[in-house]
Amino acid sequence: MSLSEPGLDQRPPAIPDDEPSSGPDPDPAVLRTRGLQVWYGPSLALRNIDIAFPRHKITALIGPSGSGKSTLLRCFNRMNDLIPGARMEGEIRFDGELISGDGADPVALRRRIGMVFQKPNPFPKSIYNNIAWGARINGYRGDMDELVERSLRRAALWDEVKSKLHRSGLELSGGQQQRLCIARTLAVEPEVILMDEPCSALDPISTARVEDLMDDLKDEYTIVIVTHNMQQARRVSDMTACLMPDETAVGHRTGVLAEFSPTDVLFTNPRDQRTEAYITGRIG
Amino acid sequence: MSRGDALYHPNRRLRRSLGPFFGAACFLATLTGVVVLAVFLASIFFAALGGTVHPVWDSLGQAIRDFLTLMSRLITNRQSSNPAIAGFRVGLVGTLWLLGLVAVIGIPIGIGAGVFLEEYAPSGRLKRIIQTNISNLAGVPSIVYGILGLALFVRAFGAKGLALGPSLLAGAFTLGLLILPTIVITTQEALRAVPSSLRQAALALGATRWQVVSGHVLPAALPGIMTGAILGLSRVIGETAPLLMVGAAGSILRLPKGVLDRYTALPVEIYNYAKEPDRQFQMITAGGILILMLLLLTMNAAAIVIRNKFRRGR
Repeated sequence: MSLSEPGLDQRPPAIPDDEPSSGPDPDPAVLRTRGLQVWYGPSLALRNIDIAFPRHKITALIGPSGSGKSTLLRCFNRMNDLIPGARMEGEIRFDGELISGDGADPVALRRRIGMVFQKPNPFPKSIYNNIAWGARINGYRGDMDELVERSLRRAALWDEVKSKLHRSGLELSGGQQQRLCIARTLAVEPEVILMDEPCSALDPISTARVEDLMDDLKDEYTIVIVTHNMQQARRVSDMTACLMPDETAVGHRTGVLAEFSPTDVLFTNPRDQRTEAYITGRIG
Repeated sequence: MSRGDALYHPNRRLRRSLGPFFGAACFLATLTGVVVLAVFLASIFFAALGGTVHPVWDSLGQAIRDFLTLMSRLITNRQSSNPAIAGFRVGLVGTLWLLGLVAVIGIPIGIGAGVFLEEYAPSGRLKRIIQTNISNLAGVPSIVYGILGLALFVRAFGAKGLALGPSLLAGAFTLGLLILPTIVITTQEALRAVPSSLRQAALALGATRWQVVSGHVLPAALPGIMTGAILGLSRVIGETAPLLMVGAAGSILRLPKGVLDRYTALPVEIYNYAKEPDRQFQMITAGGILILMLLLLTMNAAAIVIRNKFRRGR
């Protein structure tokens, strides 16, 4: 392979597995899965995923359609629970705490692991109430006006909407709506933000604004983003996981984790042949 | 000339004319309803004037005065065998009572059942069976509900203490049962029309199912639910057959004093007047029908206003 730089192969893995480190945070990985498998009815959608997302970094999930990127993302806030027939096996730990299985409460979990969806889906309410609703249902007791302003500022939307906070959120442009959805997620103070192709419905300028925003947010939040756009994964992420459909599956599509590497390594010197074929455009 | 031209017979003239032809046919179909309604209202109007034949434009003011006098008499007078003083007061009050009672009893139960089936019930065989049954109940003839109401509410299968007798409450329960399937189904349809992205957005913020339903799904579905409820109530106004079964007697001369009192309803009185041989009563019957139509149109207008108001609020 022509692009290969020998030095990169020797780079140590970004996350030392199970290695205790000094400091207040013993585990650098916020989310960690072990032997994660997901079924939709009788068909296996994800096989044996072991992955760990590093804290305050952006991790991109890429891969062709049907490779289970979104399914994997939706495991972390248990949104797959809502799909009839969906079943999860293996374990997921969030800050060391087990969040898979019947013992964990999805409602409590979803406040701490927020989600931004593919299509902007603001509530049919005012901009103010779009932000305030999530805080209110979670029993927020502080100054609501202040929270709304802070959330909108962090989502880089305040200056555009401060004069029309009581107008409907649906009056905003697509890109503004998506940033409103991000602000809404930030308002409940999550630790992790899951983004499911957040820019696929946006124009390039709005996309650039959301990407800038993600870069600002990673100081405080861990972000996991599913994207079909490999340029975007390259631009925004620190780590990239490439999922691939398993060729041996018959009649349905099963995703497996082909490679999980620092983004610059994965895109310049992929270890896995399928990853290489995918990122160079030969498959997918 | 390209190679394919020999194989295609475009026949464009026929294809183009089919569209307007179909459009015209549909327009005529639309017109049927409108024209029939207009003719019906006009004929009822003239019948209410007692067959005044002279051209309307000659004495339009007089005709309108006559009409208003007749209508106000029909509203304020009780039933009578003398057409000169007969009216619909007791029936009108009875119908308004029924309307209020059904609104209080039937609508909350119907909406509750719809919300449960759509938002809470786990999908499976049991839900499918219930669903099919509700759809079938919506098509059951109203007289059957009358028989059910007679056995269940009026007589309570012979249990003396529980039997309501031919009372307003028994009538309201029967009519409530009658419109229940309609309300359940319209509620479900309104809930189903709420995009799932809205539910997901709320759930992803850490909302419980009840918070999602009360905070977003019900408000978004409210215009549809209200429309269904009001259309159900419109049916309550017009139903006659089940009320005849559960004892809304024709000859009640005093207003009901409470929910356990005897009563009669507007359509029942119209039916009774229509049976009278005296031609004078035709005028009374027509006036009663106009009152009924007026009530119905008012309610449908209310449904439209409510729907638009909530839609704008979003």
